[in-house]
Amino acid sequence: MADTLIRQGGATRFTQAVASLGANTGNGTRLAELTPPGQINLRGRPSDPRFVRTVGAVLGCVLPLNANTVTSAAEVTVLWLGPDEWLLVTPAGEETALIARLREALGDIHAAVTDVTGNRTRLRLSGPGARETLMKGCSLDLHPRGFRPGQCAQTLLARGGIILHQIDDAPTYDIYPRRSFSEYTWMWLSDAVAEYQR
Amino acid sequence: MTKAEFRTPTGGRIDRGRPVNFTFNGKALQGYAGDTLASALLANGIHLVGRSFKYHRPRGILSAGSEEPNALIQLERGNRTEPNLRATQIEIYEGLVASSQNAWPNVETDVGSINNVLSKIFVAGFYYKTFMHPQSFWMKVYEPVIRRAAGLGKAPVEPDPDFYDKMHIHCDVLVAGSGPAGLMAALAAAKTGARVVIADEQNEFGGSLLASRETIDGKPAADWVRDTVEELKRFPEVRLLPRTTVTGYYDHNYLIMAERRTDHLPRGLAPKVSRQRLWKVRASQVVLATGAHERPLVFADNDRPGVMLADAARTYANRFGTLPGKRAVVLTNNDSAYQAALDLADAGVAIAAIVDLRTQLGGPLAAQAKQRGIRILTNSAVTATYGAKRVTGVDVMTINGSGESVIGAPTKIDCDLVLMSGGWNPAVHLFSQSTGKLRYDDALACFVPNVSMQAERSAGACKATFTLAGCLAEGAAAGAEAAKAAGHGEGEVPALPSVERTEPQQPIRPLWVVPSTDLVGHGKAKHFVDFQNDVSAADVLLASREGYQSVEHLKRYTTTGMGTDQGKTSNVNALAILAKSLASPIPQVGTTTFRPPYTPTTYGVLAGRDVGELADPARHTPMHSWHVAHNALFEDVGQWKRPWYFPQGSEDLHAAVRRECRAVRSSVGVLDASTLGKIDIQGPDAAQFLNRVYTNAFLKLEIGKCRYGVMCKEDGMVMDDGVTTRLGPNHFLMTTTTGNAAKVLDWLEDYLQTEWPDLRVFLTSVTEHYATASIAGPKAREVVAELAPDLDMSAEAFPYMSYREAVVAGVPARIFRISFTGELSYEINVPAYNGLYVWEQIMRVGAKHGITPYGTETMHVLRAEKGYIIVGQETDATVTPQDLGMGWVVSKQKPDFIGKRSFSREDTSRSDRKQLVGLLTEDPNEVLPEGAQLTATADGHPPIPMIGHVTSSYYSETLGRSIALALVKDGFQRMDQHIFAPLGGKTVKCAVTKPVFYDPEGVRLHG
Repeated sequence: MADTLIRQGGATRFTQAVASLGANTGNGTRLAELTPPGQINLRGRPSDPRFVRTVGAVLGCVLPLNANTVTSAAEVTVLWLGPDEWLLVTPAGEETALIARLREALGDIHAAVTDVTGNRTRLRLSGPGARETLMKGCSLDLHPRGFRPGQCAQTLLARGGIILHQIDDAPTYDIYPRRSFSEYTWMWLSDAVAEYQR
Repeated sequence: MTKAEFRTPTGGRIDRGRPVNFTFNGKALQGYAGDTLASALLANGIHLVGRSFKYHRPRGILSAGSEEPNALIQLERGNRTEPNLRATQIEIYEGLVASSQNAWPNVETDVGSINNVLSKIFVAGFYYKTFMHPQSFWMKVYEPVIRRAAGLGKAPVEPDPDFYDKMHIHCDVLVAGSGPAGLMAALAAAKTGARVVIADEQNEFGGSLLASRETIDGKPAADWVRDTVEELKRFPEVRLLPRTTVTGYYDHNYLIMAERRTDHLPRGLAPKVSRQRLWKVRASQVVLATGAHERPLVFADNDRPGVMLADAARTYANRFGTLPGKRAVVLTNNDSAYQAALDLADAGVAIAAIVDLRTQLGGPLAAQAKQRGIRILTNSAVTATYGAKRVTGVDVMTINGSGESVIGAPTKIDCDLVLMSGGWNPAVHLFSQSTGKLRYDDALACFVPNVSMQAERSAGACKATFTLAGCLAEGAAAGAEAAKAAGHGEGEVPALPSVERTEPQQPIRPLWVVPSTDLVGHGKAKHFVDFQNDVSAADVLLASREGYQSVEHLKRYTTTGMGTDQGKTSNVNALAILAKSLASPIPQVGTTTFRPPYTPTTYGVLAGRDVGELADPARHTPMHSWHVAHNALFEDVGQWKRPWYFPQGSEDLHAAVRRECRAVRSSVGVLDASTLGKIDIQGPDAAQFLNRVYTNAFLKLEIGKCRYGVMCKEDGMVMDDGVTTRLGPNHFLMTTTTGNAAKVLDWLEDYLQTEWPDLRVFLTSVTEHYATASIAGPKAREVVAELAPDLDMSAEAFPYMSYREAVVAGVPARIFRISFTGELSYEINVPAYNGLYVWEQIMRVGAKHGITPYGTETMHVLRAEKGYIIVGQETDATVTPQDLGMGWVVSKQKPDFIGKRSFSREDTSRSDRKQLVGLLTEDPNEVLPEGAQLTATADGHPPIPMIGHVTSSYYSETLGRSIALALVKDGFQRMDQHIFAPLGGKTVKCAVTKPVFYDPEGVRLHG
C-alpha cells in the first residue's frame, strides 16, 4: 500500500534522496536531496487567539508570528510563510495524522489545513561554502547579521522560487523548491557549489 | 630577453626573479611577473601597438591604466580570443599571446593607412554625409567595405570554454578604489565593525601609491599600502576585491562590479573557478575613491607612438621599472608633470626640455627641476612632432600674447618620448552614474562632484583633492561618516598617518588647443582629441560650425567619446574646445551623460550561469522520466515541458497524432495532465467567493459534483476556465489552465485581500502536490475499475461531472469524472511523489486494451472536434463568453460577479462582435493555417476587409477531414454561409458551421 511505496524525490535524474546528510567528515560543502518530508500548509488568522492557541497546543510549539521565523517541536518544524500562512514540515508519512489532529482540534475555527507534501522537495546544503553558494543566486542578505539559524524566507534562487530555512551555523540550509523545479534547482546548486567541494 | 636598456637596474613592483614569456604579433618576448602587457612591451622598446580606428595612423601606448584609448589588443586565439583589451590592464602570464588590431597585413605595414592620406574626406559626420545616397550602395559598398575598414578587434566565433558567475553581496560601506583615500576610508569604516567591501580594478591595492616615491608614516608609500591591506584583512567583516571594477551605479545604492578571477593566469588552469564574476552589491553607503585621469594636451600631431601621458611614464618607471624612452620632452600646463620629469630623470631618462605653456614658473617642483639643470621653456608650445612609427623630435615655439598663436622660429629638439600633461580630470563616472550633479571648477579646470543624489560621498582625487595628505584625510573622514550613516560607530576618524608637507601647486593654464604654426584644420597636422575614434580639434570645430552645438550632438556627430574607452581622456578636451568655439562658458556646454559600464564588460560575466540548461528552468512533471523513456517529444507550455506526442518508429507528428486520436476514440488513451493549476479553497464563504469569481452559479453545487466555470476580468473578457469540484460544505478544488495557474492564484488572493476582506476564505496552491493522469476512451472505465477495485464505477454510482475518493493502485487518489476529449474520461490525482508509480500501473493495467499515451497535440485535436475552447488560443483578452457561444455559462440571476457590469456595455453587448464558429474547408484535406485571415468575398482588390481569423485548425482523424475554429465578425449570423481564407497563392472556400463537430449530444461523455 501507499506507505510501503518509496516516495519519489525530485532530482532522481541526478541523485538518490537520502534520509539525512550524515556527519561532515571533511571541510567540504555538501549538497543532497533529503527524502521528501511531510508538508502541511496552514492558513489562519493570527489575530484569532483561539486559532493561535489551538494550533500551538496540537503542534507542541508556538506558532511563529514574526516574519520569516521558524519554531519547532519534536516531530514538526513550523515555517512562517506570510502573515496568515505557515508550512508545517513533518517526518515523511506523519503528515496525515497531524492533519487529522489539526482539523479536529480547529473544529469551526476559520483555518485551512492542506496536505502539500507533494508540492515541494527538500535539498540540504551544508558546509563552509554553503552561504556563498547561495549568494550566487539569492539576493537576500544571508550574512549572519541578517539571516540566522531559525529563520526562513520565500525567495528566488537564480530563476526558481524556493523556501529557504537556515538550520545551523555550519551553515546548513534546507532548500524547498517546487517539485517541478527540483531538477533545475539541483543542477544550479551542484554547479554553484563545485568550487567549494574537494 | 627584456632589454636592459629599457629597464631600471632595480626597483619597481615587478619580480625580476620570475621572467614571463609571451608573444606579441608573433614575436617571442619576455617580461617579469608583475608587468602589464604595456609595461612589458615598453621594456622591450615597443611603442607601436596599434593602428587608429579611422585613419590607421600608428599609435602607441598613451596611459598606464583603464583609460587607455590606443593600446587595444586582441588577446589569445581560437575559442579564448578576446578583442579590444587594454594592454595597460592585461597582466602578463606565461604563454600569453597578443596581437594588434585594425591593421592588415600587420601593424608595421598597414594598407589601411591610405585613409590617412585621404583624411580630408573622413571628416566629422562622415557616416552621415556618405551613407545618405545612393541607396543602392548600402549593401554593396557601405556596409561591407567601409564598416569593415573602420574596425576594432574580432569577436570569437567559437563557444567560450570558460564559465562566469555572479554573487550578491550586501554591505554597510562599499569603497570603490584603493588609493590613499580608498584605503583610509575602508580602514575607518572597518574599525567601527561595519561590513566593508573595497574593490579596485588593479591587480593590487594602492592605486597611485604603487607608483609614488612619497613616504607615509616614514616608510615608502607601497610599504604603508602593504601594512594597511594586512590590517584590513584582519577585520572579519572586510572583503577585499582586487581585479574588480565597480562598473555600474544604479538606483537605491545598487552597484555592479566585474571581478577578473583568472585572467592573470595561463588559460584553462582553474577549471572549477569562474573566469569572471559579476558582483551585485546592495550598499547602505558608498565611498567613491576612484582617483583621477590625466588629460592629454591637444597639440599638432600629438598621436605619434612615444607621445604619452606624463604620469603614465612616471608609473612605468616607478612601478614597473620600465623606461618608456631615453630622451624625453615634457609638455605641460600644470605642475604635476614636473614630478614625472624628476622621477624619470632619477630613473635614468634624459629630460631634453620641459615645455611649459604657462608664462611664469614657481613652486618647489620647478625649482627642483631647475636645480637639476633641466631646461625649462616657459610660455612655449610644441608645434610639431616628427617620426613615423615612433616620435623622433619636436618643434618648440614661443606662444604669442593671446595664447592663440606662436611667434618666432621653431627650435627642434630630438627625443624619443614626449610626455604631456593637460591637467587632471577627477574620475566622476560612478558619481555621475549615481545621478550626482557636477560642478565645473574654473581654478582647477575640471568637473568635480557637487550634489549627491544617493547615499555616497567622494574622497580624494575623484573630488579634485590632489595632495597625499588631503586624500588620506578625506578618505578617513568619508569612511567614518559612511559607517556612521550605516549605523556603525560615531563618526570617529582614525589617526591619520604622517606625510611630507606639500607646497601648493601653481595654477594651471588651460589652453584647450595648443597653438601651432597653422590654425586648426589648416595645414597637414592633426590635433587629436579622441585618439580611439580619430576625432581631431578640427572635427569638433567643423561640427560646431555645422550646427552641432549641443555636447550630446557633438558626441554623436563626431563620435568623440563613443569608443570602448568612452572618452575618458577626450571628453573634457572636446567639450572645452566646443565651448571655446561657441564662446560659451564650459559649465554651460556641460558633459555628456556618463553611463555604465565604467570599462567594457564581457557578455559572459553579464550572462553568468544563465546559459545552457540553466538559462531557463524546465519544469518537469513526476512522470517526466517515463515520457523521455518512451520517446516523447515535448512542447513548452510556460516553463513546463509537456509531452507533445509519442512517435513510434518512423512516425511523424501527423502519423503519431492520428494514431493517438484513434486510440482515444476507439479504445483508451492516457494524458499527463499534472501541469493544470489546482487551487484548494476552504472557508465558510468559499461557495460565495466562487459565485463571485465565476460567471456561472456555484452556490448550489452539490458535494462530490464538478462544474465547469469561466472567469472573466472586470472588462467582461474571458481570463481563464476550468473545472471546480465541491469536496465538502466549505471546501472546493479549482483547476486552472496550465499557463495561468500562478496568475489566477494571485488574482484571487488579490480580490480576497483588497476587495472582499470580509469573505472567510483561504486559498492554497496544490498544483504540484498532485500528479494527474487523464484516462480517456470507451475502455477508460475498465482500466480504472481494475486499478480501483473498491470503487463502484457504474454510470449511476459515478456519473459524469462527479468526484470520488478511492485507492488507485494502492495509493489514495481523487478521481474526477470530467472530460476534455468528449470521451468517457477519468482524471486520477495522486500525490506527486507516487505519480510515476501510479502512471506505470495505469500503463500495465491498460496494456490489454492497448492504452496509448497521448500528448498535447492529440488533446488539442480531440477537444477541437468537440468545440472546447482553449483560453489563449480561442481567446485573446478581447473575447467574452457570449462571443464564444457560451452565453449559457453566464448567469442571468446572480446579483454580481466579476465582469458582469461590462456585459451591458454597448460594445460588449452588440450582436455583431467576432464570434466563435466552426469552419469546414471545401476540400476536406485542406488544413488551414492557424492565424489565417478570413474575408467575406473570394475576390476583389486589396485592401479587402478582414472579418476574422482561424484560431485552431487540425486534421481530424475521427472525422476523416480537416476542421477549424475561427473568430468571425457576426459569425452566428453566417451559419451555413461561405467565407474565404486568402492564403497568398490561393483562396480557400470554407463553410461556416457550429463549432461542435463530433458527438454534439454528448452521448459518449455520459456513457
